[in-house]
Amino acid sequence: MAKYSVVSLIREGLRGHAGWRRAWRNPDPRPAYDAVIIGGGGHGLATAYYLAKAHGLTDIAVIEKGWIGGGNAGRNTSIIRSNYLFDESAAIYNHALTLWKGLGRELNFNIMMSHRGVLNLAHDEHEGRQLKRRIEANRLNGVEAEWLDAREVKSFCPVINIARDIRYPVLGATLQRSGGVNRHDAVIWGYARAADALGVDIVQQCEVTGIRTENGQVTGVDTTRGAIRTPKVASVTSGHTSIIAGMVGLKLPIQSHPLQALVSEPIKPLVPCVIMSNAVHVYCSQSDKGELVIGAGIDAYNSYTQRGSLNIIEHQMASLCELLPVVGRLRMMRQWGGIVDVCPDASPIISKTPVKGFYINGGWGTGGWKATPGSGHVFADLIARDEPNAIAAPFALERFHTGALVAEHGAAAVAH
Amino acid sequence: MFLIPCPYCGERDQSEFAYAYQAHVHRPKDPDRLTDKEWADFVFIRDNPKGVFAERWIHAAGCRRYFNLMRNTATDEILAVYRIDEPQPKVEPALPATPSGEAPIGSGNDAVKVVKPAERGS
Repeated sequence: MAKYSVVSLIREGLRGHAGWRRAWRNPDPRPAYDAVIIGGGGHGLATAYYLAKAHGLTDIAVIEKGWIGGGNAGRNTSIIRSNYLFDESAAIYNHALTLWKGLGRELNFNIMMSHRGVLNLAHDEHEGRQLKRRIEANRLNGVEAEWLDAREVKSFCPVINIARDIRYPVLGATLQRSGGVNRHDAVIWGYARAADALGVDIVQQCEVTGIRTENGQVTGVDTTRGAIRTPKVASVTSGHTSIIAGMVGLKLPIQSHPLQALVSEPIKPLVPCVIMSNAVHVYCSQSDKGELVIGAGIDAYNSYTQRGSLNIIEHQMASLCELLPVVGRLRMMRQWGGIVDVCPDASPIISKTPVKGFYINGGWGTGGWKATPGSGHVFADLIARDEPNAIAAPFALERFHTGALVAEHGAAAVAH
Repeated sequence: MFLIPCPYCGERDQSEFAYAYQAHVHRPKDPDRLTDKEWADFVFIRDNPKGVFAERWIHAAGCRRYFNLMRNTATDEILAVYRIDEPQPKVEPALPATPSGEAPIGSGNDAVKVVKPAERGS
């Protein structure tokens, strides 16, 4: 892997950028691998990278039906935080946050990680109490969190309207200073380049159409580019987890919904942090290009169309206009939808299955991006050892039978 | 945004309706005899097809009645609407050619070429 540095940047700048090499190969699928990962998004590529790096499993392929990072990895609002209420969630999201901090260096790729702080606003006393309870839970779990009153919110993020006469006044907020945003494409490309350098085949434009099993054991996959023999198949296909699991006859407690986001025209620096509001339900940050990136909740109905309905964004824009009145005349440039897999408890499934050699990482709902490195790291461990580690274990499929749910609906600081 | 044909009120804007998930789900007759796994399957597991889905909606800001709808979740095309007491009709939608592929029209996925109805069959 060619090392990127300020020296190579200056050298290529002087040469008119003619010397940059292709960052990863584009191989045809081979007839057999030690493991096949379905899905070339953030979690899939991270899984491949950690399988190769931490477990020495390099004869593996990532199979992607479109192009890498073209699904939810390219459609999220790239917010990073770990201030979840429950111990199990705090463990995995904080594991991810720790990895995010060093990821750019580790991958030798600028992922534009910006720890600019995440505000979760409180709009009434009860919500304030809930958020303060979460701060205490966070601190017990070693997750950095603090409380700001309304005036401190205003000084941290001056653009927020803290007037007392608005319908849902801002009474305070939690702040996780280590939270922030990063660049989703850069994360994808960084993981792809590093995994490829370790020998992982990243096969694009190749859709898995079936999974072969014999006596309850995975033996391979059928794809639009031929059959591949493999004893281990890992599904990391946000949006389509139910479809892939259906190929081995497995029904999952997952429903697929559209989740929309939109961006404004670019403006000068206005929003210095990530603003999230559960009660009026909108979240917003500003990209390095200057666009406001705005998101909120899912469309209620099941769908695989990457679109969503206008009433959802109408609601979130109304909320944003009340929180940040200054953006009232800002024009929106683009809107899009991604398909999210939602579990009944709003927590992911990272699990072995009744089919030997078939593993699932999915059901991240609306909050998968922030977990990308942590998710890939613990999932690679599960695939390599065929046993979940302490962080992954609470997210096994069996929790729906035992009742040991990780019920993060509402508890995660933002409604899902 | 959907225009939903309420069987009682006619076609109305989606914002008048609330979604009520999968239709034809029956509560087990003898819940006390179910295993934990069977009970969990009833509570948590629902169909999640990419294709034809029979679902319930309630016309919350209208007649406030539940009814059933068949929709192609790969395109959002509404295929049929029927009352709770009516049998499920037969429908023949345009489905994706591969399990996680996209339908030729209306998938909302810009990775797929959009074919206008006039271009079909040519």
